[in-house]
Amino acid sequence: MQKEPINIVEEITQSDYKYGFVTDIEQELAPKGLNEDIIRFISAKKHEPEFMLEWRLKAFRFWQQMKEPKWANVKFPPIDYQDAYYYAAPKQAANKPKSLDEIDPEIRRTFEKLGIPLTEQQRLAGIAVDAVMDSVSVATTFKEKLSELGIIFCSMSEAIREHPDLVQKYIGSVVPYTDNYFAALNSAVFSDGSFCYIPKGVRCPLELSTYFRINASETGQFERTLIIADEGSYVSYLEGCTAPIRDENQLHAAVVELIAHKDAEIKYSTVQNWYPGDKEGKGGIYNFVTKRGICEGNNSKISWTQVETGSAITWKYPSCILKGDNSIGEFYSVALTNNYQQADTGTKMIHLGKNTKSRIVSKGISAGKSQNSYRGLVSIGKKAENARNYSQCDSLLLGDKCGAHTFPYIEVKNKTATVEHEATTSKISEDILFYCNQRGISTEDAIGLIVNGFSREVLNQLPMEFAVEAQRLLAVSLEGSVG
Amino acid sequence: MSLLKIDNLKVNINGKEILKGLSLEVNPGEIHAIMGPNGSGKSTLAGVLAGKEDYEVVEGTIEFDGKNIFEMSPEDRAREGLFLAFQYPIEIPGVSNASFMKTAVNEIRKYRNLEPLDAMDFLRIMREKAKLVEMDQAFLNRSVNDGFSGGEKKRNEIFQLAMLEPKLAILDETDSGLDIDALKIVANGVNKVRNENNAFVVITHYQRLLNYIIPDFVHVLFDGKLVVSGGKELALELEEKGYDWIKKQYNGVLV
Repeated sequence: MQKEPINIVEEITQSDYKYGFVTDIEQELAPKGLNEDIIRFISAKKHEPEFMLEWRLKAFRFWQQMKEPKWANVKFPPIDYQDAYYYAAPKQAANKPKSLDEIDPEIRRTFEKLGIPLTEQQRLAGIAVDAVMDSVSVATTFKEKLSELGIIFCSMSEAIREHPDLVQKYIGSVVPYTDNYFAALNSAVFSDGSFCYIPKGVRCPLELSTYFRINASETGQFERTLIIADEGSYVSYLEGCTAPIRDENQLHAAVVELIAHKDAEIKYSTVQNWYPGDKEGKGGIYNFVTKRGICEGNNSKISWTQVETGSAITWKYPSCILKGDNSIGEFYSVALTNNYQQADTGTKMIHLGKNTKSRIVSKGISAGKSQNSYRGLVSIGKKAENARNYSQCDSLLLGDKCGAHTFPYIEVKNKTATVEHEATTSKISEDILFYCNQRGISTEDAIGLIVNGFSREVLNQLPMEFAVEAQRLLAVSLEGSVG
Repeated sequence: MSLLKIDNLKVNINGKEILKGLSLEVNPGEIHAIMGPNGSGKSTLAGVLAGKEDYEVVEGTIEFDGKNIFEMSPEDRAREGLFLAFQYPIEIPGVSNASFMKTAVNEIRKYRNLEPLDAMDFLRIMREKAKLVEMDQAFLNRSVNDGFSGGEKKRNEIFQLAMLEPKLAILDETDSGLDIDALKIVANGVNKVRNENNAFVVITHYQRLLNYIIPDFVHVLFDGKLVVSGGKELALELEEKGYDWIKKQYNGVLV
């Protein structure tokens, strides 16, 4: 007579990935595999100065002697680094069009579909965009307006050609190629990314944004982003990413370096929505990324905010080196995993200067059969008098087949330090869902409400338009065929 | 037409028979009290009406406002105007009372083809209703029941009832764990909400609450059936004599 009892939580599964389409464009590919010739090929394609090629080759030789790290709480079959393309470019983009009107309509349509209009007439209010497809930047908006203020915002390839001094001075200064396996790989084969320099005393009036799109199959994406905020400057930077649905796993190994000089502030926000794989765990992006910023000067500040909903595996720790006295590092993160997704993410706060402060707010949401780990290091150096850290790690579980893990590491070498760590775990139980249902709220809306409530502190850190987008994304990622 | 019509309801939990042929009819404007000793099936009745899944309905029918309740999901029952004040209200950390109620009100309005309330109207109504149960403004921004005292949780249930304006409200042992002041606030809230178009089923173990919420009918639930029905004076009789005489009179007869 009554409906068969159903386990609602079990039925919450990922809805279809909305950005999974493939754009059919002519491509230029380097041959598969990885060797010095490929690196020379990439460097030549980009008309790079000699120093860049040398650096790439050093990184490659170093990488060859390294072993893939195994310490993260994630599992995946071995990656065959010789069975992938390291350079894929939409053909027309090989010579990046001078004007936004000349962009291949097919590429333009792709980004429009993703909600990123590349014409300045249809621009997103107050946001300058660098659009990267596969290995190359295809368009950068508002360049002229920004250059009037002395702000450089362009693709990495362009920066290497046109501002080689800045690039040579800063590239690898925060994440050296010797840093880790994927950083070394990236240093050898990185193909594009965004470059941004804010001169002294300038407050960047626009949100700068890079939108990364993987389109080609069997390709890795290795972009490199470098942001330099000179004395007393401010910039807010956003990145977004999507990829088509493919059965194979694709590697995304990016490096982001931030440098904040005296009194400067960098706010870096990510809404990561790489293809997470299907409900059985097939396909999806391996997102192995090294992000690090240095508060080089006194009173500088770096703030990372990330909303991670995509990727089959996420492995990243946006970090801050607090070198300048009174500098501040912040890390706000929401990582959502569903189905067979795995995330091992967190941050490192390295306190070197006096009176340095850091704040970590990490929210992990696990559903389906996913595994979600927070891993964080708070290190207080010998000279870091009166350093302070506050960490809060909260986990929210949906169902009983997923896992949440917390690995906090604390190293304190100065007695005057204050380090606080708080952690909670809660569960969206059947009782909570029934209570919401009884008030007329559907199960999906109830989950959205709870997830957004849980993540609010982090979402509040995002620029407005993106907070709304991120909120929607969290709900969609948990949407399922309920009832 | 009656608002609620339960006919010969038989319900099992894990194969054990809990309700054994319960019948009840409730009309708009009426308040029914259901009393009974522990374990007689009071909360089971509340759960079955609201659509909790742990129950197996073996036999019988329930019509709510002329519709077969078993064909409706819990949320649709709520949207049709059935409200359950929980005996143990659930805590929802991170979700404010305001956003919880806003979602609920607007989902119910959507179901009834009404426009969502705008933020200003919603806030005004919410402040009004909060006053009914003497809740201050700060309460609206607190997470649903999170860290609330027992009394606050029950007041929150009545606040939600006032917000959602159901046709039928079932109060499941709303008086349990309340001191006399909180009990008065809760009862007072209910009395302000009641009118000739809505109805209440008040489930309680004690007569105490019925001093403040005056029932039109009192039923005794014992061993899965309503065994005695009467007016409000029946509650006083039970208070005086306890449930033993009922147990003596009906035990064995039904088994």
